[in-house]
Amino acid sequence: MNATTQQFLNNSLGTRTTIDDVIEDLEFLDDWEERYAYIIDLGKQLPAFPDDQRTEANYVHGCQSQVWLIHHLDEDSGKLFLLIDSDAMIVRGLAAIILVALNAREPRELLTVDIDELFERLDLFRHISPTRGNGLRAMIAKIRDLAATEVGEQAPSRIS
Amino acid sequence: MTDLSVATSLAASTLDIDAIRNEFPILGQTVHGKPLVYLDNGASAQKPFAVLDAMDRYYREMHSNVHRGAHTLGDRATVAFEGARETVRAFLNAADTRQIIWTRGTTEAINVIANGLAEKLNPGDEILVSQMEHHANIVPWQMLAERTGAKLMPVQVTPAGELDLPSFDSLLGERTRIMALTHVSNVLGTINPVQDLIARARSQGAITVIDGAQAVPHFQPDVQALDCDFYVFSSHKLFGPTGIGVLYGREELLEAMPPFMGGGEMIERVSFERTTWNTLPYKFEAGTPPIAEAIGLGAAIDYLQSLDRPAIEAAEQALLNRCNELVETVPGMEVIGTAASKVPVMSFKIAGLHPSDIGTLLDQQGIAIRTGHHCAMPLMDFFSVPGTARASFAFYNTLAEVDQLFQALRKIQRLLT
Repeated sequence: MNATTQQFLNNSLGTRTTIDDVIEDLEFLDDWEERYAYIIDLGKQLPAFPDDQRTEANYVHGCQSQVWLIHHLDEDSGKLFLLIDSDAMIVRGLAAIILVALNAREPRELLTVDIDELFERLDLFRHISPTRGNGLRAMIAKIRDLAATEVGEQAPSRIS
Repeated sequence: MTDLSVATSLAASTLDIDAIRNEFPILGQTVHGKPLVYLDNGASAQKPFAVLDAMDRYYREMHSNVHRGAHTLGDRATVAFEGARETVRAFLNAADTRQIIWTRGTTEAINVIANGLAEKLNPGDEILVSQMEHHANIVPWQMLAERTGAKLMPVQVTPAGELDLPSFDSLLGERTRIMALTHVSNVLGTINPVQDLIARARSQGAITVIDGAQAVPHFQPDVQALDCDFYVFSSHKLFGPTGIGVLYGREELLEAMPPFMGGGEMIERVSFERTTWNTLPYKFEAGTPPIAEAIGLGAAIDYLQSLDRPAIEAAEQALLNRCNELVETVPGMEVIGTAASKVPVMSFKIAGLHPSDIGTLLDQQGIAIRTGHHCAMPLMDFFSVPGTARASFAFYNTLAEVDQLFQALRKIQRLLT
């Protein structure tokens, strides 16, 4: 197992930290400063992103900040593992929330998660709304595409 | 304090900012529970009642198509519409309304010019632009260069964000057919010495195009004094509606240019064998024009001209001076663009903070700025930044709002570091 695979599997976001933890924490904080301090702290929990993976192919295009995404399908568990990086702190924090919701899921299960509804509930929807050019929406779409591709590839093999 | 800043503070104090702000209904709202502080005027400025009312009145009382002439409403609409053209002519001090062409905005105006000059270019000819241009004053010329075999020559910028004049002189030559420069940089706020540069370019026989989008909200250009061939700007940055802009052009060049679009209004006579063009300015105005928008732009200019312009310019400089005084209160803050002659625009970076984070957390405090590359990627490359945060002011902004901006920046810095 190489170092990058270890980084995928050791990611606590979406495994040890669950979406219920995040919802509970954020609902407890009503002051915007505390909420953003919390989101930024979550961003600090993103595992290190391999330097050699910051490539054009892994780059998610957005207007204001840079976002990179890589994935790994674990053959033993059938789960999709994700790593994300960004140069902006709040985007990193929001990416961490997305990972808590989507990381280490089987692709079929991942596709059932309603991210828009989750962000509405957290009162953060404006950050992923189509009007914002920060690349998060494009990233969510890319993750869902990855999952759909995995499901699509698996489906025929099950039929045969 | 210098004599100049004493003078500007005195002049600024004669302005009744509260009364001015009351003319802009959008400014009274709250965002995230905080009073809106709108500092994104460089992207688009807000609209006074004078503009909103003029457009509303047009649709309620005189809407009809223009230049059709068969009925009373059409006559009223045409009078108001052509009246707006006269208002723009007077604003620019152009010689004739035939030189004032409506476009959708600055971008379209530059495209109309670039398209119209294609026949004048040969392979090896040069188009002078600068490193501080908005993409709208780069890409149309790049497309033209590709079409004709001409070359794009970017004038360098100095670290202070001024045009590098030795670079300009070294690039201007007998192959220079077109010089396309911005009057004021949208990122840096630098006011370029265009009058002098136009004279130098014209002496080489070059056609001169000035992008006035960021200039007209702050001062009034005089196209005859500038002696440029083309001057273009957008209405929405000049407190008028979106969807309309102005192309001013020298008459003989406009006459020689082919139309940009074909259709109704721009023709004199159409047959399947041959179509002849309408006279200026209609040759460049195919289709039903943006009538309400033209009237709204006219109203915006009338409103601006009713204000004490010298006092407004002084008040704007006072905003910029206050910014410069407060920069040192935010550790690690650096202003990008420190030209001697600037409109009130402050692009900045703060060590360790991403512009996108600054923008998000200012928004939480009710403060609207722009972050990103500002459609000027070559300039971002020059300053080696992925983007900047930019506060751009209008005359309705207050010194108290500048203080709030810096207070908010200090709070963000505490939060993020």
